[in-house]
Amino acid sequence: MESLTSYFGPLCGKEEKPEEERHFRANDRPFNLSYRYADNAIKTSKYNLFTFLPLNLFEQFGRLANAYFLFLMVLQLIPQVSSLSWFTTAVPLFLVLAITAVKDASDDINRHRSDKQVNNRMVDVLIDGELRNEKWMNVQVGDIIKLENNQFVTADLMLLSSSEPLNLVYVETAELDGETNLKVKQALTVTGDMGDSTDSLASFKGEVRCEPPNNRLDRFRGTLSLDGQTYSLDNDKVLLRGCTLRNTEWCFGLVIFGGPDTKLMQNSGKTTLKRTSIDHLMNVLVLCIFGFLASMCAVLAIGNGIWEVREGSVFTVFLPREQGVNAALSSFLSFWSYVIVLNTVVPISLYVSVEIIRLGNSFFIDWDRKMYYPKSDTPAQARTTTLNEELGQIKYIFSDKTGTLTQNIMTFNKCSINGKAYGELFDFSGQRVEITEKSEKVDFSWNQLADPKFFFHDHSLVETVREGNQEAQAFFRLLALCHTVMPEEKKEGELYYQAQSPDEGALVTAARNFGFVFRSRTPETITAVEMGRQVVYELLAVLDFNNVRKRMSVIVRSPEGKLTLYCKGADTIIYERLHPSCNKLKEVTTGHLNEYAGDGLRTLVLAYKDLDESYMDEWKLRHHEASTAMDDREERLDQLYEEIEKDLQLLGATAVEDKLQDGVPQTIEQLAKADIKIWVLTGDKQETAENIGYSCNMLREEMKEIFVVAANTAEAVKEELRNARRIMCPDSAEEPSVIKARAGLFWLQKTERVEDEKVDGDYGLVINGHSLAFALDTDLHLELLRTACMCQTVICCRVTPLQKAQVVQLVKKYKQAVTLAIGDGANDVSMIKAAHIGVGISGQEGMQAVLSSDYSFAQFRYLQRLLLVHGRWSYLRMCKFLQYFFYKNFTFTFVHFWYAFFCGFSAQTVYDEWFITLYNLVYTALPVLAMSIFDQDVNDRWSSQYPQLYAPGQLNLYFSKKAFVSCMMHSCYSSLILFFIPWAAMHDTVRDDGKDIADYQSFALLAQTCLLIVMSAQLCLDTSYWTAVNQFFVWGSLAAYFAVTLTMYSNGMFLIFTSSFPFIGTARNSLNQPNVWLTVFLTSLLCILPVVAFRFILIQLWPTANDKVRHKVRKEALPAPAPRRPPTRRISTRRSGYAFSHAQGYGDLVTSRRFLLRLPLRSRPLFTQTDSPLAQNQPQHYRTIPEEAEDSQKPPPTGGAAAAQ
Amino acid sequence: MGKVKGKSGPLARRPDNSAFKQQRLPAWSPMLTANTVLPFFYFMALLCMLLGVWLLLTVQSTQEKKLDYTEAGTCNTCFELRKNVSNAAKPCSCKVEFEIKKAFKGDVFFYYGLQNFHQNLRRYMDSRDDGQMVGRKKNLKNPSTYCKPFTNGLNRLPIAPCGAVANSIFNDSFTLSYRGSRGRVVPVPLLRKGLTWYTDKNIKYRNPQDGNMTLAQVLEGTAQPLYWQKPAYELDTHDPNNNGFINDDLIVWMREAAFPNFKKLYGVLYRATKPFTTGLPAGNYSINISYNFPVQYFRGRKEVVLTTLTWFGGQNHFLPVAYLITSCLILLIAVVLTVAWCKFGKNGRNMEGDGMPSGTTNEWLKSVLL
Repeated sequence: MESLTSYFGPLCGKEEKPEEERHFRANDRPFNLSYRYADNAIKTSKYNLFTFLPLNLFEQFGRLANAYFLFLMVLQLIPQVSSLSWFTTAVPLFLVLAITAVKDASDDINRHRSDKQVNNRMVDVLIDGELRNEKWMNVQVGDIIKLENNQFVTADLMLLSSSEPLNLVYVETAELDGETNLKVKQALTVTGDMGDSTDSLASFKGEVRCEPPNNRLDRFRGTLSLDGQTYSLDNDKVLLRGCTLRNTEWCFGLVIFGGPDTKLMQNSGKTTLKRTSIDHLMNVLVLCIFGFLASMCAVLAIGNGIWEVREGSVFTVFLPREQGVNAALSSFLSFWSYVIVLNTVVPISLYVSVEIIRLGNSFFIDWDRKMYYPKSDTPAQARTTTLNEELGQIKYIFSDKTGTLTQNIMTFNKCSINGKAYGELFDFSGQRVEITEKSEKVDFSWNQLADPKFFFHDHSLVETVREGNQEAQAFFRLLALCHTVMPEEKKEGELYYQAQSPDEGALVTAARNFGFVFRSRTPETITAVEMGRQVVYELLAVLDFNNVRKRMSVIVRSPEGKLTLYCKGADTIIYERLHPSCNKLKEVTTGHLNEYAGDGLRTLVLAYKDLDESYMDEWKLRHHEASTAMDDREERLDQLYEEIEKDLQLLGATAVEDKLQDGVPQTIEQLAKADIKIWVLTGDKQETAENIGYSCNMLREEMKEIFVVAANTAEAVKEELRNARRIMCPDSAEEPSVIKARAGLFWLQKTERVEDEKVDGDYGLVINGHSLAFALDTDLHLELLRTACMCQTVICCRVTPLQKAQVVQLVKKYKQAVTLAIGDGANDVSMIKAAHIGVGISGQEGMQAVLSSDYSFAQFRYLQRLLLVHGRWSYLRMCKFLQYFFYKNFTFTFVHFWYAFFCGFSAQTVYDEWFITLYNLVYTALPVLAMSIFDQDVNDRWSSQYPQLYAPGQLNLYFSKKAFVSCMMHSCYSSLILFFIPWAAMHDTVRDDGKDIADYQSFALLAQTCLLIVMSAQLCLDTSYWTAVNQFFVWGSLAAYFAVTLTMYSNGMFLIFTSSFPFIGTARNSLNQPNVWLTVFLTSLLCILPVVAFRFILIQLWPTANDKVRHKVRKEALPAPAPRRPPTRRISTRRSGYAFSHAQGYGDLVTSRRFLLRLPLRSRPLFTQTDSPLAQNQPQHYRTIPEEAEDSQKPPPTGGAAAAQ
Repeated sequence: MGKVKGKSGPLARRPDNSAFKQQRLPAWSPMLTANTVLPFFYFMALLCMLLGVWLLLTVQSTQEKKLDYTEAGTCNTCFELRKNVSNAAKPCSCKVEFEIKKAFKGDVFFYYGLQNFHQNLRRYMDSRDDGQMVGRKKNLKNPSTYCKPFTNGLNRLPIAPCGAVANSIFNDSFTLSYRGSRGRVVPVPLLRKGLTWYTDKNIKYRNPQDGNMTLAQVLEGTAQPLYWQKPAYELDTHDPNNNGFINDDLIVWMREAAFPNFKKLYGVLYRATKPFTTGLPAGNYSINISYNFPVQYFRGRKEVVLTTLTWFGGQNHFLPVAYLITSCLILLIAVVLTVAWCKFGKNGRNMEGDGMPSGTTNEWLKSVLL
């Protein structure tokens, strides 16, 4: 196949060498066009007006069943073969095609619409020396465009210049990677100097060489040549499509990648049509059925051949053969005739009914009030209607953290000051009181600068502070001084903080509300308002945070001239540096810290130290020396810091809550009980992720061990993974055993499978992004998979969107298990698309995730209901439906098979042609639909009460190949009864008045009545939830059968359509015979009673979990709704690590003078506009300015620093 | 979904709290419990038993005499004669004698039976024109193509009635005689009318009408089926209203049998005269057969059947016996279920924790059953 395309490729002119390097010139369209780079138009639609019909029909006939029915229709047009009228298949086929086509068309129209809307956005483009307003789709590579504040970035741009000092721009990348904080990009000075001068920009003749289009969001390499000079370009100078410009009046950029080449589009991944495993199974089964059909027909054709030779040849006196037909040809023709007669084994209505059931179940999801979130007025939404039953089979959940598990809101929750804990509420008897929304809030109105969105419930703290408690005041003074937050005061008294991390912002805000307001800063001073009194501190040094130090200090001089070092940091780090005199306080505080950590709070220890003036002078001198030293600068500084940060005095500890969404721990607990494995894939730091892991019950103290994989080389990663595995399962095989198999249609699809390995006890695994990059390589990914799948919980940190998808695909590929990905941001899109089922959390960070998801709702906790209730029901219903449906059609068809032995294999049907047409369409359609839409074995409360009921779905118990075979055996038995009992009862009998009843028409009527009654009885047996609708449909269908039959067999119908209704009078003449009814009764008994007996004995001997719960349901009343338990307090020895979730702060910038130079002059509101509803909801919203140093995210360098020039 | 538009305010998109949408429709969820299943089984066993006994008694009260005359008695010569197609037109009659030991009480029905005659072949069954048989003038002269190759006969005239079914009509005729105690031979009167379903005689089959013309005139321009010895309007020489398409024998024949062995009603005992007022008396009987229908080609057999009926139809032992057997089976199953329930299910231990009753036989049974 590949060679074929490569052969024809050049002929078709489609041969495209993969782009190796992108090369273009600014402001030189003719030159750039010669490369034929993609322009900025995007296309996600599938069809246009002319291609719709052929393409769509082609796609639809790709479905096996549709193609088969087309083939049948053609067959039926051949008179020698036709054993049924042509319209019996044409009408349903046409209906099915039409419905599907309409649905596809409306989907595609929506895609066209959104493409059009995006392509027609306007942007200013510099053409011929002037700015013109152009549509997005007309932008070309090499164009210079101007962006304004809050505009979407049009294409991937190289930043040329901006309105901001130092050519900085701020962008929000939420659409791209889901991070809500602002990022800074900086232009090259040489281009930045052009400013907004149109002339110089128009004459800009820079030439760019850079990497070809790819999907790496975090890396860009290229060079800019200008006037003989070459400048290197990196990620910092590139604005990516999908970002939004913030806090920047304007900027100019040079288009590097357009439309489909942009990193956004490259990252969006292919939308593949998702099919459920039942779909796949159904396809395989349909194929098996074809084989089965063919063999049945072959048997019958051979029978026909033999019969024609032995009997038919002598019967020619009464029935001469048609011309040229001999026994062999007759046998051949009868093969095709039987293909038509037995076509009901592959009923076309199967697919339609399946779609209807799924649609119905999707509506139930849409309508569920228990998945409706009143706060944001968001109901759950089933955006795809074809995946419902898969919800009942989930084995792995991949979850995003921020915005999915957590609300992305940090709140200052508790603190311990000088050995006294604050933040809890107690009632009069000293009992701890749960803090709820109704609890009384502390009144901060005495403080005019207080943030109105800040809440605190413990009054004693405010009183302590206002009483003038020294330690409490020092505590908040430290919080107000020791940080790198940037204040903005656009109006007097309206402060906004731009914080390095949400934690830091929360702490500074807490200090602000408790009367220690951080007001403004200059490189040398910090202005604070302490209890209403303005105080200016001189900032002598900032000892910034980094990963190793895990602490940060500031050295300030108070107006009184007192020198103090304030330090905050991780408990373990600070504790080592405390003065021995605080040992006692240390003990008490440790107790508090444990308690906080047990509650899943992020803790931080605060300490201070008074400094000596002379020592400080001397230290400063050395600091200056060290910071200007050429070599070993870092180490020397570290030593200096180490030296001064010792003998600290303990002040207390803070506890910040990374607020989980409601009900997350309980949901995770329930899902874990249902044996669903949950992997968290987050862009966060390891510590943060671990912390959340603990607070939402995924990592637990009682776990045997939690492995952390954080290595920097492939070898080390491999070793760590291996070690973990050996600990968990010492006797596991060294080499992974991959089971190769073939599956799918025609067994074309190769599958590889890694078996689950049995592990005692629960383990957890934490792996960071760096290691993950190695582990996802082909030679390590099986190692990762084996180790990870042994663990109860897996947390991957610092994961890029693409890696998220890779992890999902890894599990999907080798575990053959159903996966679900849940996330809320654009960075989760790839994962959502990759997983079998994608769930989007709506109403948080934009709508990207929701738009590409299959299901969406507002809160993570609804996942429990979606899976354990809706998913389980959907799966159950679908399986019941399929089982019944196959049963009813097989039984129907097999009766024809048995009759063939009596009618000379002549393809004579047992039933009336009209019955054949209406059987699936009318008589049995509605009851089974009602069952598969309404059925519930146990109601929703019991379903969520007993998550173990979910297990059968994961194990594919209800419908599998095995179930299918047993279903066939059952049909076989039933059809034998259904044919031979009426035969034996009727073949030699007459009516009570001696007239005929053993005639073909009476027998047909008897056989079809028996069949229908047995099918209805079987349905009744399968239905476990009898609503009025079920009753109505079952009885209604039976009544309809008799009504329709009597009508069709009436005089009028015969006289009008003589040849179509030859069964006149049959119903009247045979349904009044007692022996007919006795036969019906006996047949039904013999078909139904064995099933009842079998099921009953199974329940008695081997009751399933399901039976047990149903047994309980009968005995007990409804279970009480699960009480909202307070999260269990963890007895923890583990203390949360340093709370800061970000690395290197911008201490440098704070003291660099340059940065702040123009800051006081500028007063741009940060939040004038934001489309995130989050901003309005939360107390305070912090945005981080600097990015983390790029290297820490970068996977190992692959090709040297070639582009660095 | 449509309701969403109607509302506004903070909870505009909240789904309705209807039982249907919340899947809380009141419902009955039956379960297979011992309290329902076991009594049901015992009841069914009893019911089937009673039905079986009752049916058996009913069937036992009927009497039946089957007589295969294909080669019996003097029919042997006719059988040989019919082997040769060229003798098809030659008349041949023969006589078969038999004895009825016990008198047949009540109405006695006379059937002819054929074995191995496939009236249920698809092409055979389709080979008829209901439009013609219901008296449509259009179809009379222009029979449906389904009738091929029996659409046009001699001189390419359209055949009425056309098709293979009508063409192959059974054309033996019988006269039954009773030899009384004193050696006197009394012909047994047979009623040869009212053999068909009411709907067939009156609706499905009608003669074409054309003003006051006789049937023969209406059928002018059509040919009789190839194998027929008489045209359609001369089928019954005694009763002009039993001719053409509404002839009882034709209608009976045209109701195709579902299986290759079948019997069709030939006549009913006319009980107006002695000694037949109470049925057929015991004694010796003979049947004179006009032997026309060839069966030797397809290895068929011909028979006559004399039978009395009950409300349950003829003498068919299958249903009573089947009911009795079923009853025993159900009883057996019921006992097994009861034992299983008493041993495992009764105390409800199975329904509690996760523990399963263990034991090797149990596991073995499970592996067999599942």
